Amino acid sequence: MPKPTQLNVNGKSVTITVDDPDMPLLYALRDNLGLHGPRFGCGLGQCGACTVHVEGKAVRSCQIPLSSIAAKQKVVTLEGLAQGNKLHNVQRAFIVEQAVQCGYCINGMIMEAAAFLAKNKKPSEADIKQALANNLCRCGTHARIVRAVKRAAAVA
Amino acid sequence: MNQLASRRDMLKGGGALVVAFSFSGPIPEALAQGAAASNALPLTEVDSFLSIDPAGMCTVYSGKVDLGTGVRTALTQIAAEELDLPLSAVTLVQGDTLLTPDQGTTWGSLSIQVGGMQIRNAAATAKDALLEEAAKRLGVKKEDLTVAEGVVRAGAKRVSYGELIGSKLFSLKLDPQKPAKAKDPKNYRIVGNSVQRLDIPDKVTGKFTYMQDFRLPDMLHGCVVRPPAFGAKLESVDETSIKEIPGIVKIVREGNFLGIVAENEWAAIKAARQIKVGWSQAETLPDPSKLWAYVRASKVAKEEVTSSTGNVGAALAEVGAKTITASYDFAVHTHGSIGPSCAVAEFKDGKLTSWSASQATHDLRKQLATMFRLSPGDVRCIYVEGSGCYGRNGHEDAAADAALLARAVGKPVRVQWSRADEHGWDPKGPPTLIDIRASVDGSGTVTAWDSEFFIPQQTAGSFQVPLVAATLAGLPADNVTAPANIFQNSAIPYRFANIRTVCHRLETTPFRPSWIRTPGRMQNTYANECFIDELAAAAGTDPIEFRLRYLDSGDKRGIETLNRVAELAKWDKRASPKKSSGDMVAGRGVAYCKYELSRTYIAAVAEVEVDRKTGVIRVPRFYIAHDCGQIINPDGLRNQIEGNVMQTVSRTLLEELKFDRSMVTSLDWESYPILRFPDIPEIVIELIDRPTERPWGAGEPTSAVVPSAISNAVFDATGVRLRSVPYTPDKVKEALKA
Repeated sequence: MPKPTQLNVNGKSVTITVDDPDMPLLYALRDNLGLHGPRFGCGLGQCGACTVHVEGKAVRSCQIPLSSIAAKQKVVTLEGLAQGNKLHNVQRAFIVEQAVQCGYCINGMIMEAAAFLAKNKKPSEADIKQALANNLCRCGTHARIVRAVKRAAAVA
Repeated sequence: MNQLASRRDMLKGGGALVVAFSFSGPIPEALAQGAAASNALPLTEVDSFLSIDPAGMCTVYSGKVDLGTGVRTALTQIAAEELDLPLSAVTLVQGDTLLTPDQGTTWGSLSIQVGGMQIRNAAATAKDALLEEAAKRLGVKKEDLTVAEGVVRAGAKRVSYGELIGSKLFSLKLDPQKPAKAKDPKNYRIVGNSVQRLDIPDKVTGKFTYMQDFRLPDMLHGCVVRPPAFGAKLESVDETSIKEIPGIVKIVREGNFLGIVAENEWAAIKAARQIKVGWSQAETLPDPSKLWAYVRASKVAKEEVTSSTGNVGAALAEVGAKTITASYDFAVHTHGSIGPSCAVAEFKDGKLTSWSASQATHDLRKQLATMFRLSPGDVRCIYVEGSGCYGRNGHEDAAADAALLARAVGKPVRVQWSRADEHGWDPKGPPTLIDIRASVDGSGTVTAWDSEFFIPQQTAGSFQVPLVAATLAGLPADNVTAPANIFQNSAIPYRFANIRTVCHRLETTPFRPSWIRTPGRMQNTYANECFIDELAAAAGTDPIEFRLRYLDSGDKRGIETLNRVAELAKWDKRASPKKSSGDMVAGRGVAYCKYELSRTYIAAVAEVEVDRKTGVIRVPRFYIAHDCGQIINPDGLRNQIEGNVMQTVSRTLLEELKFDRSMVTSLDWESYPILRFPDIPEIVIELIDRPTERPWGAGEPTSAVVPSAISNAVFDATGVRLRSVPYTPDKVKEALKA
């Protein structure tokens, strides 16, 4: 039976109706709420394209059953990272460094980096690479992504 | 779909030819027919490529599409530059069979070199006509006019492009043999600048609509249940096995094609995982441990001599000549797009509309028309940007899946491939085997070069990789083998007295082949540039000096590219190997390529570190010198070169498709690892800009030199040759032991 489920996404409380409470959060965000930020990449938690923040922590939304997210837990997607019209430092740095090719992985890169920088104020280049070690990019934009995260760290 | 405002509606609104161009002809038939056109818009008409509305906004219709390379920005720059419009006044419509001309598949590093130059020619022709008309209207000589931002001026008089042409047809012919006089590069304001990419702001904020985000009203979701083995037959389906899943609309069975359509995506995924299906067994693949013997023994369909000079046989048999031989192999690779393929299809009133991230919507239209026995005029294929594809991945197959399911349920259906679908079922870069031998005379001069390439055949005249759904469902399809022009760069840029390069085009290859970034050029250049390095080492000569000795002395740009990379890398001039000791050894290697022996020049120096104990190769640094003629967007070019290096370091060190006799077994990122951040090289690039030369491609060429530069650097470090890509630690340890 379809069940109403409450979520807090990008600062708003929303109710969606789903048949399966164990459906991964990713599908609720993309299909029920029409968000484009979190991306389907592998459904296995291996690539990072689906990364969102839950209570400020970067998590793989393809691996999280909807039922494990409480109505009050704050879910933030790429769409909710900016403060109004003011882009997040990491988003701005990705534009300045032109750190995108196809951009399919970039949601994960930005969400992972934003959560990482919130806890690590002055990371080394090696720290940044380690923080992104489980986010895959196929176009080979890695060097620009590292530069963008360094730039964001410098202005944070 | 606002951005894809129908060309037909635009034409209806614009009416017939009004602007009094004295040399204008009738409205092109295909343009006038609009939606009913079964032929692509002609490449010989300005109107096929661009239109200008009354507000002066220009729409460029490009058959070449942005596959995530940034070429949309570069093509917009080219058009805006040539028309003297601000960048913001130009919009690009891409890859829509109804609206855009067929400029060929988006492949082969040709989007700027060919597609961009067709657009430049159309824009230059259009601008010339606009000036002609302005001169008449303003009553001045054409030479006395100036143009800026789409406004033509003569003293105080002015008229805008919108006033001159707004929404009307240009009705002007294009002659590619006699292109209109384009702008002098010294007057460029937009081309040659690192204009920021137009798509990036939306891509970093979640506003961008990828193919995977595209939705239609009343759309359903489909999943295909794949056979567990290539060639397995569908024997039974237990429909009751998914009956408790809510939202299932239909189980679609046609031949060996099995799909499930559901009201929502998750229901379709769950059902496809859960449904009980009986399949026959099938073992169509070779024993993976004997892959190279299988390739070597495959029946040759055609011998293709790609170059022949002198008499190789006689030179090799010469008394006193020393013969050096080597064999190289290059594993099967998958495209590995981060976003698995996705498509949406709708059948309405006997017509099919297909949305996909296809590189070749015009070819896809023909394939879908064949599959569903439709007239091509009743099929419209629309490009929507997807995840980077690096060649012909699964996008077209997803389009066929979606169309088959949409036909079965009479509603639009979206098909999103799973990770296993993508790794398992996208067509592959075929296994490549290369034998080379050379003879060296008593003075150390190379007297003969004799190479053989074992690569699959290419069906003449077709580059349409068969659609999986058509094959499974037993629907009409052209049964072709289309790995593309993988013979390229089998011939070499070096001038030896006797040369013979032969491609054995094989009748069969284990996996449905297609092109993956730098197809053939990568594998062939790999062998050639490793072997020339082997010859340099045998001669005890510095490998750059050795190459320069044999390059055509008249090919100044090639020689300059090689010299520039040597300077850039502060090349340590000496013969290889370095004779290092200890567990951790380092070395440097060079590689050079003139792409297809006719365009972009690339030279690379790789620095590597090899851990003799673990067999792990690290690539801390790569230097690239790159000459692709006129540069449209330097930062965009750097982005492409960096991508080429990263992706090919990954392919060289890590990537190999695993399989058993039935199926691909590397179906995820654990079993098909790719390069990760901690292992990326630093990349140092020197762009050689030649603004007055024609622009060549850059999407692929750099990849051609990466595997051999690494290989040659490993030899420099260890004294051991690696001849089998990928260079996994096990293979490295094995080679070091030998």
